[in-house]
Amino acid sequence: MRGRLRRAWRILALPLISIVLSILVGSLVIIASEWLVTGELKPGLAIDAFTALVEGAVGSERAIINTLVSSVPLLLGGLAVGLAFKGGLFNIGVQGQFLMGVLGSVIVGVQLRESPAVIAIPLALAAGMLFGAVWGFIPGFLKATSGAHEVVTTIMLNLIALQVFAAAVNGPLTVQGSSSPITPDVGNAALPIIFGRNGHLGIIYAPLMAVLYGWLLFRTTRGFEIRIAGSSPDAARYAGMKPRRLIIWTMSVSGMLGGMAGATDLLGVSHQTASSYATTVGFDSIAVALLGRTSPIGIVLSALLFGALRTGSASMQIQAGVPAELTGVLQATILFFLVASPVVARLFRLKGARSGLEETTTFTSTYGGEATIR
Amino acid sequence: MDGFLYGLPVIGLVFEFIGYLIAVLPLIAPIIMRAAVPIAFAALCGVMCERSGVVNIGIEGTMLVAAFVGWAAGIYLVPVLGAEAGPIFGASASLVVALLLALLAGMIVSFVHAWLSISVRADQIISGTIINIAAFGVTGYLITLLSKTAPTGAGQFKTWTPPEALTGLPFVGWIFETLLHQGPLTISLLVIVVAFQIALFRTRWGLRSRAVGEHPRAAETVGIDVIRLRYRNVLVGGVLAALGGAFLSMELNSTFQQDMTAGRGFIGLAAMIVGRWTPLGAFGAALLFASTVGISQSILIAPPPGQLGEMLLSLPPQFFDALPYLVTIIILAGVVGRSIPPAADGQPYEREAAT
Repeated sequence: MRGRLRRAWRILALPLISIVLSILVGSLVIIASEWLVTGELKPGLAIDAFTALVEGAVGSERAIINTLVSSVPLLLGGLAVGLAFKGGLFNIGVQGQFLMGVLGSVIVGVQLRESPAVIAIPLALAAGMLFGAVWGFIPGFLKATSGAHEVVTTIMLNLIALQVFAAAVNGPLTVQGSSSPITPDVGNAALPIIFGRNGHLGIIYAPLMAVLYGWLLFRTTRGFEIRIAGSSPDAARYAGMKPRRLIIWTMSVSGMLGGMAGATDLLGVSHQTASSYATTVGFDSIAVALLGRTSPIGIVLSALLFGALRTGSASMQIQAGVPAELTGVLQATILFFLVASPVVARLFRLKGARSGLEETTTFTSTYGGEATIR
Repeated sequence: MDGFLYGLPVIGLVFEFIGYLIAVLPLIAPIIMRAAVPIAFAALCGVMCERSGVVNIGIEGTMLVAAFVGWAAGIYLVPVLGAEAGPIFGASASLVVALLLALLAGMIVSFVHAWLSISVRADQIISGTIINIAAFGVTGYLITLLSKTAPTGAGQFKTWTPPEALTGLPFVGWIFETLLHQGPLTISLLVIVVAFQIALFRTRWGLRSRAVGEHPRAAETVGIDVIRLRYRNVLVGGVLAALGGAFLSMELNSTFQQDMTAGRGFIGLAAMIVGRWTPLGAFGAALLFASTVGISQSILIAPPPGQLGEMLLSLPPQFFDALPYLVTIIILAGVVGRSIPPAADGQPYEREAAT
């Protein structure tokens, strides 16, 4: 029993310390920025803000359902980043894959809005996943064939996705006769509500995807190949695996998960969209995957944490007057302490603690011209 | 045979388009120049860091922070130092101090990256990504807080008007007009590109930086302090990126907007790769990427006549907004395999234990 506790502490110590430190930094930021803008020094404001945040995230049944709903896209996006990460690829393109997922599901969902839900929902969801997979395939293909690093190409594709999205919604998808471009409602393709007022089906299938993710990575040959290619590409090559094909496969599936996150958000929450879709899920997913150390359980837990932050920050803004954008600051500081974990571990004298981040050697080593994949 | 016949009118259109580009070049050259400045500064930052062996993905975030600080510092400086326009570039005292603070901010951000990637020896791409996420989060938070009171910054730098004798020259006058009828940051970019090119390939510092980026172990054995040189170069790189950020909020515009850099830091990285890690090459690549912006604008404002113009205008306007990013991907995919980065790029350096 004690051994087990110690093992759990070794894994959890650095993430937990990072979270606590980021709350401290967040408090300082709240107090300091209030002082800079209004000239008043209010130390109590930080406590008010975090109380409102926790209250808004888990204070009532409705709050908890809201937290779960906002965790769903983060969980799927986190799995997308995590899968690529395991394969030694850094998918910063979840933002674009998410948007394409929204687009694919709204196209098919609107077409099938009067068909029976049993047909409409799976097809709309599948369309979103397909669009996301295409948006993940492109950087994978470019990396495998030309060596263009995915960090640059996925960012460019994020920006292109914004424009493709706007062009599609402004053009063929918009409702006839509406004053501003907006798509029709997806009707029967909307995910059924199963908890409370807005707890949609995604709350059930997103965790199942996490299980599937764990099974794929740790119980299948393909998962083994991905992990080997990620941790030591040379060994993978000597073992006769095909790194190029693995890169394309991993990026496509990662993009598919990103697309699923977008499709779920559209079919479950918004049901229709204007020509821009305000979201930061793509970048939050990177934080989710890093904090969760790309393990399935870790990603579920950190998606819940960031989902709670997002939900709670809305009531923090209303009750304490602190902008909801504070979540961005908290997220960044958590990541900072995770990356600096060797130093944090030394400061807190945690000798046996596992490092806050997975060891990867492939991101930077495949950068630039080194990217030639043999 | 059929394909050949279909090909003919397409070739005609291509020639027509090239003719159109040559005709409008003097008109769109200033637009291209202005679009190229932030990309070029980002690319120079990339060259500075990667030549000494540090990959910097956080350029985008560094620029964003500098753009924000340059604008926000103005809000607090104007009541103290006043907003009286000075004789050169219409620069008030507050504007100059705000610029210096923006450069300092860029240096601080890149110090974080230097510390994480050189001393902590974290993965440099993750470290850079975190800087981008942090910059986005912190500036987003502060701009929401600040815009409650709708403040105004210290304004923006004015352009310098070069003498008529130069810009009025036949055939080449427009080149001088493009390069010199500009604000202080654009003109300083021209100076920096040339100076940096010479420094990198003709001075002791340049030789040492390149040695540290190619083979740090060998550099150390001849007595170069690898760690210190890398720190120094990344900090200077931060100043370069900050100049690009400050350009956005202090010369091109007079305000800051959320996510103002819009991927320019990453286009800069692509320009660095296409320019083969040299300052001049990076500047040329930045001009190439920026030309898509100029071409799109000129097509929307003054489209070519006839069938070609109709065809181009029938495209959705978002196509032209996406064009710079599309061209970046295509050129990057075509060039990257043939462009060789410094050998020790991205590898953390560990001193050998003293024996």
